[in-house]
Amino acid sequence: MELTVESLVFLLFSLITLGGALMVVTTRNLFHAALFLMLSLFGVAGLFALLTAPFLAGIQVVVYIGAIAILIIFAIMLTPQVTAVRPTNSQWIAGVVVAVVLFALLVSIVTPLMSELGVEGWSAVFTEKNPPPVPADSMARLGEAFVDPQGYMLPFEVASVLLMAALVGAVMLVRPARGAEDEAPQAGAQE
Amino acid sequence: MTDSLIDIGLSRGLAVLIAKTLGVFALATVGLLWTFFCIWAERKVAARFQDRLGPNRAGPFGLAQTVADAIKIILKEDIMHQGVDRWVFNLAPILSVMSVLLIWVVIPFTPTLIGVDLSIGVLYLFAVGSLGSIAILMAGWSSNNKFALLGAFRAVAQLISYEVPMALAMLVPVVLAGSMSTQDIVRSQHVMYLIAAPLTVLIFIIASMAELGRAPFDILEAESELVAGYQTEYSGFKFGLFYVGEFLHAFTVGLLIAVLFLGGWRGPFAEDVPALGFVYLLLKSFVGYFAVMWIRMTLPRVRVDQILDLGWKFLVPLSLVNLIVVAFLWKILPGTDSINSAGDALVPSLVLLAANILMIAGVGMLLREEGRRERARIAARRAAQPVSEPGSVADAAPAGASD
Repeated sequence: MELTVESLVFLLFSLITLGGALMVVTTRNLFHAALFLMLSLFGVAGLFALLTAPFLAGIQVVVYIGAIAILIIFAIMLTPQVTAVRPTNSQWIAGVVVAVVLFALLVSIVTPLMSELGVEGWSAVFTEKNPPPVPADSMARLGEAFVDPQGYMLPFEVASVLLMAALVGAVMLVRPARGAEDEAPQAGAQE
Repeated sequence: MTDSLIDIGLSRGLAVLIAKTLGVFALATVGLLWTFFCIWAERKVAARFQDRLGPNRAGPFGLAQTVADAIKIILKEDIMHQGVDRWVFNLAPILSVMSVLLIWVVIPFTPTLIGVDLSIGVLYLFAVGSLGSIAILMAGWSSNNKFALLGAFRAVAQLISYEVPMALAMLVPVVLAGSMSTQDIVRSQHVMYLIAAPLTVLIFIIASMAELGRAPFDILEAESELVAGYQTEYSGFKFGLFYVGEFLHAFTVGLLIAVLFLGGWRGPFAEDVPALGFVYLLLKSFVGYFAVMWIRMTLPRVRVDQILDLGWKFLVPLSLVNLIVVAFLWKILPGTDSINSAGDALVPSLVLLAANILMIAGVGMLLREEGRRERARIAARRAAQPVSEPGSVADAAPAGASD
């Protein structure tokens, strides 16, 4: 393979992603694990940008790094034992099995392996000899697909209803019990 | 730049790489040097607000004061006490400055000069802004200090809360321009969006102040409660980096207000003389920067539960309503698809202005009613407990727990 700037950048981001992920599962400090998780997610965002999917890259940073990882850190800070945790527990065999199966599935989708074995319609479209070109205005098409009844409107709406239900559920869980409002003066600050 | 590098015999890829790297260094250096001026300007303005003179000894008008301070802070001892998480502790100040400098990448300085005209410009601004809260968390946790940790907690609660109204406010210029690219947003402001969306500007300024963590939203480093919050254990150059990051961020908020709402580099003859556009942008930025300073100097600190109440119960609903109204009106108004001159934009802008004035009036009436209820409740409590000291009842009143 020819060594271009693009492939160098791809290598760099892959290293960041994989190295970060490896550190997440091996480090014995939970806080460091969360920071390495951020690094790994950042590498994924870089890969998205490299694949000319800037919108996905931006969303990756906003949602995964800016929101989810920060909430994880928040939870970790409220954990009494942060350092010297055991990186494995009794379910590690099941974990390994799931990871291997998932990896095999992904490999079969992103490589032309299955179509060479004779299974049609399994491998992703971009593994074909002459894949269709990526549309230039992918962002606008993505936005239209979300509100198009022929497109992904139903899954999109179902997902937002699910999130709304989770939000209401979270508020219900932390709501002070009826009659106990006077004893919880800070209740308004905990949302 | 790229062409001249190719001329001296470099390959195209390498030439682009070198040119971009130099551009990054130039932008970062200019940004950091500009902070020297910002710190001086802010100290001068603060002094005037507080009836003082401000720095006036070093150099003309005290201009060299910041240089002297910078030299002093670099020469100071870099203290790292026991129990510090070394790597995280050292990375946090760098990340803090980086998150601000990264914003400058998509700022259109002139019609032609912009770091990268990203198609996701506004989303990028938002993504980069969230890196700042990670820096604060890292600083707070790695310091191994209760004050720093509490400061970081407060900071993140505040930053996450105010990211929501901020994003909703930043969506309004996106809706009006029909593009997320910052350069496109500036280009389509034939009539600046301040006219069409004054309420959005207000929401944006409030949310930005909270993101900055400055008075009146400076509970994350409230001196009377938390020493210096997440910066408590930092000294020397690393503290300097946090300091620089904060002032640079304050000016950057001014830049963003100028780009998103005041028309960026637009002005008479800016299209023909790009340098003039830069001057316009700076002038407009200082309008926004001055507003930020003004609020900082004149308002007292807000309590932590009040900050979260203001964010979630007031700003989020308000910015949602604002976004819906603006998007709906912009959709039904005729001719908003093809705006090519100030004349085209005038009528829709005025309609939006009228809608905004209605919304602001409505919010004003709601707030007045709210204030009246709050005062009545406090008065009722005072009457019920006449023995307690004045003031203590009002302080313990659960703001928001009952509604």
